[in-house]
Amino acid sequence: MSLLNDLVNLNLCDVTEKVIAEYIWIGGSGMDMRSKARTLPGPESNPSKLPKWNYDGSSTEQATGDNSEVIIYPQAIFRDPFRRGRNMLVMCDTYTPTGDPIPTNKRFIADKIFSHPDVVAEEPWYGIEQEYTLFQKDTKWPLGWPVGGFPAPQGPYYCGVGSDKAFGRDIVDAHYKACLFAGINISGINGEVMPGQWEFQVGPVTGISSGDQVWMARYILERITEIAGAVLSFDPKPVLGDWNGAGAHTNYSTKSMRNDGGIEVINEAIEKLSKRHKEHIAAYGKGNERRLTGLHETADINTFSWGVANRGASVRVGRDTEKEGKGYFEDRRPSSNMDPYVVTSMIAETTILWKP
Amino acid sequence: MSRINDFIKFNLNETTRKSIAEYLWIGGSGMDLRSKARTLPEPVTDPAKLPLWNFDGSSTDQAPGDDSEVILRPQAIFRDPFRGGSNILVMCDTYTPAGDPIPTNKRFSADKIFNHPDVAAEEPWFGIEQEYTLLQKDTKWPLGWPVGGFPGPQGPYYCGVGADKSFGRDIVDAHYKACLYAGINISGINGEVMPAQWEFQVGPATGISAGDQLWVARYILERITEIAGVVLSFDPKPIPGDWNGAGAHTNYSTKSMRNDGGIDVIRKAIEKLGLRHEQHIAAYGEGNDRRLTGRHETADINSFSWGVANRGASIRVGRDTEKAGKGYFEDRRPASNMDPYVVTSMIAETTILWKP
Repeated sequence: MSLLNDLVNLNLCDVTEKVIAEYIWIGGSGMDMRSKARTLPGPESNPSKLPKWNYDGSSTEQATGDNSEVIIYPQAIFRDPFRRGRNMLVMCDTYTPTGDPIPTNKRFIADKIFSHPDVVAEEPWYGIEQEYTLFQKDTKWPLGWPVGGFPAPQGPYYCGVGSDKAFGRDIVDAHYKACLFAGINISGINGEVMPGQWEFQVGPVTGISSGDQVWMARYILERITEIAGAVLSFDPKPVLGDWNGAGAHTNYSTKSMRNDGGIEVINEAIEKLSKRHKEHIAAYGKGNERRLTGLHETADINTFSWGVANRGASVRVGRDTEKEGKGYFEDRRPSSNMDPYVVTSMIAETTILWKP
Repeated sequence: MSRINDFIKFNLNETTRKSIAEYLWIGGSGMDLRSKARTLPEPVTDPAKLPLWNFDGSSTDQAPGDDSEVILRPQAIFRDPFRGGSNILVMCDTYTPAGDPIPTNKRFSADKIFNHPDVAAEEPWFGIEQEYTLLQKDTKWPLGWPVGGFPGPQGPYYCGVGADKSFGRDIVDAHYKACLYAGINISGINGEVMPAQWEFQVGPATGISAGDQLWVARYILERITEIAGVVLSFDPKPIPGDWNGAGAHTNYSTKSMRNDGGIDVIRKAIEKLGLRHEQHIAAYGEGNDRRLTGRHETADINSFSWGVANRGASIRVGRDTEKAGKGYFEDRRPASNMDPYVVTSMIAETTILWKP
């Protein structure tokens, strides 16, 4: 099989100027990622100079068969860790042929919010902690778990080491380096409380770019699990019972929060969030009610709470921030299957633009 | 296996000027590719400078045993992605010792059409979307499908990512780079609607070159599936039931269609094609009746239709072309097992030379 890998890894730079661009978009369910590749005549680093493309929306539940073309607009370029060389991954969003965003295109609205002058002035930073679970391909049971049974209860697995405690580290480590190669601002990884569950963090990233990078990191992860023969799940509560769910805690700060006196701005922001708890929860991921129970380091879905160093609250403020009087806070409500475009822009909108 | 691979990848350039030429031809069924290799005293880049050769036609259903020699005439050279260095793949067509094309040689008549001054003046471009299915070697069941069963229904697989949605990507990616290396104008790839079905596109290529490039791309794909231990199928309806078939949609334009006012030339061309629907269908691949049912993004085999962005029609005109008033159109009728020499030359003949 080495010959196959040699071809997959072929460096074409000596033979041709051509590069391969993998165009990536989000499909009709809002969570399914799709991609296809095309040859470009030469390297390009500016997304607005890449050609728009189109795909068969009737195959992704985004258009009808008699009017099937959905247009994809390149928005962000990353280096392709699979094809390497000068080849690229291109994050796109989706439009009708007449230039309107299609209903599942959440990036468009987010981009409007992030382009609002008041929001721009505040330079909103995001650090997203993406949790996920790895599953065995044919049984759809978590990776490393005995088929037809359960591993020993949670305890040893969080940041654990050893073949009886860490399941799938090669996937996680491959993903970490692949993302760094791609140009994603991946800031760390750790094994999670539930065995077979992991987390990576992307950030700090400003504005709309946070969503682009998280989606691209998700795509790279799904490509790597594909190679490894494991199935990736972003379900917020993959196994019922005394097993942690999976979230996407979103750390957030604005310029004002990062400056002296920021702790006041943080308090005001959290107040505003508390007044829109229901609206945020509705947009924070499907199935979150199975996860936000008040147990397993979550806050109950129906109540808004916040606290310093409190992992059982909706919003947590770190001790560092409290001590320095400025910094950031963590919204712990979003589930692992949230759309980062929606969550990041909504937090910015509520805390910067919305007036109670 | 590593030492065997070392020999396969051996770079002979430092020891000898000799190069290896793999002569390729199409066998007696019209779809079986054959090849054998010979040593050349030094590298060659012009097909006209390569020697004619011959093979045992009685072993490929192309000649009787008592008069078995079939002559191979080199027509196009490509870099050999398997041997590297200065080694080459040579696309050939087939003749009797007296110099006449044998009956299965479709390139000869295609070449005549493309050399007609009216056709040459129109610079016909072709972009062919070759679909194909990967099968498990011993069961002949599609790759990734459970043996004795079926995967979940179509929906998640088109351009899909993940171990449960994408089967055989390493073959597809190896093929993409190998073709670029070889000098084939491969313009893209994507995962298809049926799981284990894929597509690559070759083009735009002018005239007879489209057929040469597509046949060599098919050869390279069959060599790569051979390495991977997977079987390649160009059957137009590999699995009956609610599973898409495999086609070879042929995109086409002439100089007149690409210039201002081209949309009228396109309409006239489509009209002509409508008048010769039965003749084209007869030449568009065996078994196409199992595929062109009117469902699964096909038009019914007995009726001719066309539409803008309509994937259920015989011919589709893209929105770009409609908007710009010039461009190209897509003949969606050819099956995956069509002969590109036949299809491309027939489209040129009907639209440029034929008078109703």
